[in-house]
Amino acid sequence: MSRGMLKFAAAALALGWMSLAVAAPDVGQAQKQALNVHAIVMFFIFVLATLGITYWAAQRTKTASDYYAAGGGITGTQNGLAIAGDYMSAATLLGLTSMTYFQGFDGYIYCICFYVGWPFIMFIMAERLRNLGKFTFADITSYRLDQRQVRTVAAIGSLTVVVFYLIAQMVGAGQLIKLLFGMEYWMAVVIVGVLMVIYVTFGGMIATTWVQIIKACLLLGGGTLVMLLAFSQFGFSFETLATKAVENSKKGMALMAPGAFLSDPVTAVSLSLGLMFGTAGLPHILMRFFTVPNAKEARKSVFIATLCVGFFFTVVALMGLSAITIVGTNPQYFEGGEIGGKLIGGGNMPAMHLAHAVGGNLMLGFLSAVAFATILAVVAGLALAGASAISHDLYANVIRQGQATEAEEVRISKMSSLGLGVVAVLLGIAFEKQNVAFMVGLAFGVAASCNFPVLILSMYWKGLTTRGAIWGSIAGLVSAVLIVVLSKAVWVTVLGNKAPIFPYEQPAIFSMPIAFFFAWLGSVTDSSVRAAKEKEAFEDQYVRAQTGFGAAGAASH
Amino acid sequence: MSSEVYERIRKNPKFDELVSKRSRFAWTLTFVVLGIYFAFIMIVAFNPTALAAPIWEGGKATIAWPVGVSMILLFWLMTGLYVKRANSEFDDINAEIVKRAIE
Repeated sequence: MSRGMLKFAAAALALGWMSLAVAAPDVGQAQKQALNVHAIVMFFIFVLATLGITYWAAQRTKTASDYYAAGGGITGTQNGLAIAGDYMSAATLLGLTSMTYFQGFDGYIYCICFYVGWPFIMFIMAERLRNLGKFTFADITSYRLDQRQVRTVAAIGSLTVVVFYLIAQMVGAGQLIKLLFGMEYWMAVVIVGVLMVIYVTFGGMIATTWVQIIKACLLLGGGTLVMLLAFSQFGFSFETLATKAVENSKKGMALMAPGAFLSDPVTAVSLSLGLMFGTAGLPHILMRFFTVPNAKEARKSVFIATLCVGFFFTVVALMGLSAITIVGTNPQYFEGGEIGGKLIGGGNMPAMHLAHAVGGNLMLGFLSAVAFATILAVVAGLALAGASAISHDLYANVIRQGQATEAEEVRISKMSSLGLGVVAVLLGIAFEKQNVAFMVGLAFGVAASCNFPVLILSMYWKGLTTRGAIWGSIAGLVSAVLIVVLSKAVWVTVLGNKAPIFPYEQPAIFSMPIAFFFAWLGSVTDSSVRAAKEKEAFEDQYVRAQTGFGAAGAASH
Repeated sequence: MSSEVYERIRKNPKFDELVSKRSRFAWTLTFVVLGIYFAFIMIVAFNPTALAAPIWEGGKATIAWPVGVSMILLFWLMTGLYVKRANSEFDDINAEIVKRAIE
């Protein structure tokens, strides 16, 4: 392979792996498989259990706080698992295994980039988020700023992230389920949409959290089991595993060291920034910080989440390395039985083939059910975050200006989740044949450029004013979207033009500084009376951020 | 009402002590993490062969993998270090400051 092609492959993988959508080019033409009975039975059990939980949660969901934040009654450990669950999508399992399978150590570098945001969230954000927030992250950005304006742009940022992420998950889910379960694409999308709406509408955050916790345990357990079974074939010796992998891969020793990943440093750094700060700007992740009773538990949850994510990434890398030998030398996993040719089901399938190779149909069925459960849990979290942005930010605080009752607010939220479900299903079906890989890149780009800069400035910089927050959010949103649209991912791949207008696909390195600059510029040139008051109000906010006094759900003080 | 409490908290010298201690600790840990991470990224970008050395003489497994695992492990332990200190020492000072202010 030429260097140019390698770069292209690395960039394509880099942009796409995060969601199932990475599979779009391959899985897009996925052949429907024979009905997988094991998978369907196990998935059915999962659905029944989660519906039971939703029923139980619905009994306990009485107030707005119950609905949005599980009444602040989730423990740090539970929330840590749920955060990890939000973070580890089916894409992590499939995409990262496949990346290590094809690229070796570069796949693990990717995992590390994806992981390093967590310590940052712990040290810089966790306690302030918990101490200042209530239901949505806009509670924090609008704490001392103009409620209507700031919440409006925050809601736009949240909904942009949620909708693009949802579409990518829906399309990925449809393709994956068609492939693994032998179900029609549209049926799969409708099932995911309906279950998502049921969890969110009836069970609110309590049900969403528990679905997420169960899924996180299944994913961690299932992944570890497959990894151990695979690793045992090498006598649990990493040296044997490595030697065999080098023997059986076309890449040879190149598997064992960094390769094409950083061949383009601008893209690599931009990607790192986007992953790190995008994570800290994802509305469904930020919402999780409000489900615990205090900052102590918030810190514990990040500690647990960091452990789970780091552990799982390592498991996934070992799965990918094992698959090189176990899957890569077995003709039954290649189209036409041609070893080294196209993998059956596409490039994202090494994890699934590995499960089949080490544990037969039963294990394949189990891992497929886990992947399906994972998608359900992630879309439920997204839908709840989107519905909250509509009901808590737009409806209750912008339209009704804080005059809505809790019951009205929750009713709007339930209607919104139904609306989001319909939109997600329709768009999921509309985009079936499209390459939607760019949508996840876009979601992370907008999270890092529109949500994160204003959020961090509102907590750390006294000088931020309403005008600065608006300018910063809009500049970040527009630049991130423009860069993605003008880059190859959309301009060439989706719109069919010949050459991209903008050479880089990862927006963060450009759009984040733009957002920070405009937030600063808008603030320092703002000499209005309102701005002066806003700066003054920082003092009280600062004390609350530091001590948690007055924080929602911390009434025991 | 709470504004008065915030005022009293701010005037308590222990509050400054809490903030400066905790901030210093948090930022130190942050810079250590970022320093190690970007050093790693720089090695990957400019001297990738440094990570290609075998773990065992003549073996195929390279030090790249244990280096990666150690980074993940180290960063996690650092979050643990932060939680340990923040949830005991810092939270004790914090509780005392709040208690004093609402008395």
